Amino acid sequence: MTSTAKAVSLHLCIIVVLFALNFLLPEYHRGILSRVMVLSVFAMGYNLAFGYAGLLSLGHAMFFAAGLYGAGLTIYHLGWSAWPALAAGLGAGAILALVAGFLALRTRGVAFMIVTLMFAQAFYLATLYFTTYTRGEEGLVLPQSARNLSFPGANLDPTVPATRYMLALALLTVILFLLLFLVRSSFGRALVAVRENEERMRMLGYDVFANKLAALVVSGVICAAAGAAYAILFGYAGAGFASIQYSILPLLWVLLGGAATTLGPIVGTLFMFYAVDVTSSYTNAYMLVVGIALILLVLYFPKGIAGAVRARWLPWLP
Amino acid sequence: MAAMATVMPLLATQGLSRFFGGLKAVDHVDFSLSKGEVRALIGPNGAGKTTLVSLICGRIPASSGRVFLEGRDISRLPAHKRVRAGIAYTFQITSIFANLSVLDNVALAAQRRLSDEQSSSHRSLEQNSREALEQVGLAPYAQMRAGNLSYGHQRLVEIAMGLALKPRLLILDEPTQGLSDGEIESFIALIGKIGAATVLLIEHNMDVVMALAHRITVMDQGHILAEGTPDEIRANGDVQRAYLGSSS
Repeated sequence: MTSTAKAVSLHLCIIVVLFALNFLLPEYHRGILSRVMVLSVFAMGYNLAFGYAGLLSLGHAMFFAAGLYGAGLTIYHLGWSAWPALAAGLGAGAILALVAGFLALRTRGVAFMIVTLMFAQAFYLATLYFTTYTRGEEGLVLPQSARNLSFPGANLDPTVPATRYMLALALLTVILFLLLFLVRSSFGRALVAVRENEERMRMLGYDVFANKLAALVVSGVICAAAGAAYAILFGYAGAGFASIQYSILPLLWVLLGGAATTLGPIVGTLFMFYAVDVTSSYTNAYMLVVGIALILLVLYFPKGIAGAVRARWLPWLP
Repeated sequence: MAAMATVMPLLATQGLSRFFGGLKAVDHVDFSLSKGEVRALIGPNGAGKTTLVSLICGRIPASSGRVFLEGRDISRLPAHKRVRAGIAYTFQITSIFANLSVLDNVALAAQRRLSDEQSSSHRSLEQNSREALEQVGLAPYAQMRAGNLSYGHQRLVEIAMGLALKPRLLILDEPTQGLSDGEIESFIALIGKIGAATVLLIEHNMDVVMALAHRITVMDQGHILAEGTPDEIRANGDVQRAYLGSSS
């Protein structure tokens, strides 16, 4: 089998396993996995910018929250139905990523981290400032009726756990294969090369700025898709998702799972959720245990879980 | 009428300057290059050779002056657009993608050119990359990780990337630095074979210069000191004092 065939089959297998889990898992774990899948999409979006293009952003909470509020506010205040609300979320993410990227990409390294962080903080503070509309930290609870996704011949209600699970899986599948295609395309290869040696790429005639901006916009739109899906599937949009914590978390998930691997973000998000879930059932000091586990993982698997698997056993892993 | 064809140089600079504070690294240089020639740019360390070619290919902005490529003013174009216009630059300090295979390194160059020509099929990309590798004799190493190659071979990857761009002007910045005698010989043979491209070569090794250059430009302290055929330069008293040393 060629490496392309292997990669595609592996990704298909994972989707099939996730599909099967819907019927095998008890209700509680199915709920966790629905959430993990949506947040994995957030991590996958972050991974395109951070893992592949080497853009260490500390402001991706803004893009997730743009999707969350783009969908949440239009549903709550304008009475939009789910599909246009989803589109509003994606549009908000794209516009913010374009503007923030255009300005932030004039900097690099530490300055880029600070500028993206400042953008996200400004966005977070704005969600609190306009508390009349957003209800700040308390957040908006979206009415069930407005969250139905209408398909030709069917009307899917995301408050039904199995439906919610399948919608989350559908989103994950679309984004996973989109990214698999992107990172193997000439655009994806150019991004990795820009990350490795920007000056050389410039002298090969590549417009480095345009490539980075494109990466950031696609990354922002994917994160916004995760945010909009979160609002629609879980019916809640709160300012907490715009806070710094949600800029750090995708970085953590991606580092754990493996930066610049297509499957790493899913592995990392799943690992973190269960690390917290399992340890918190034994002790109050679960963050201490999780912290130590993270330190050990970073010490022994500096390339993350999927990165280590690729380095040791499966060199064809995308 | 015959003279008309030679009126338009491939590359020309007008009063090109770059000042670093009070230091005049390149000071009002008027320089021109005809199509198809191999030109060597020589001069003592700090003469401004690398700065001059960096101004030509746009890696650093000029303090003043203009650059023309086939009569078109490219002074305001950023570096990547000058590369697309046909100026390729290979780095003095080897600057390849160590983690990628040799073939992928060259493919990055070929891919960008082919995407301009709207013919980026997977096959033509692979074919173009392999052609460039064969030109420099690296075809057997195509699948090797570039960082694992010997230093001499890494220099050749650098040149293959330049060739894969199919440039109109290929700028080589000290390409033979750190190469063994045998490698230098094959480098001379390689540049002799390229033929079609115009080559601007910064070089310290006089054997390489004398073997390859049709004409030589000598720089000293940011100025062009002399220009001429290898024999004229060898006979030039100023050059001998400034560069070759007064004893010769």
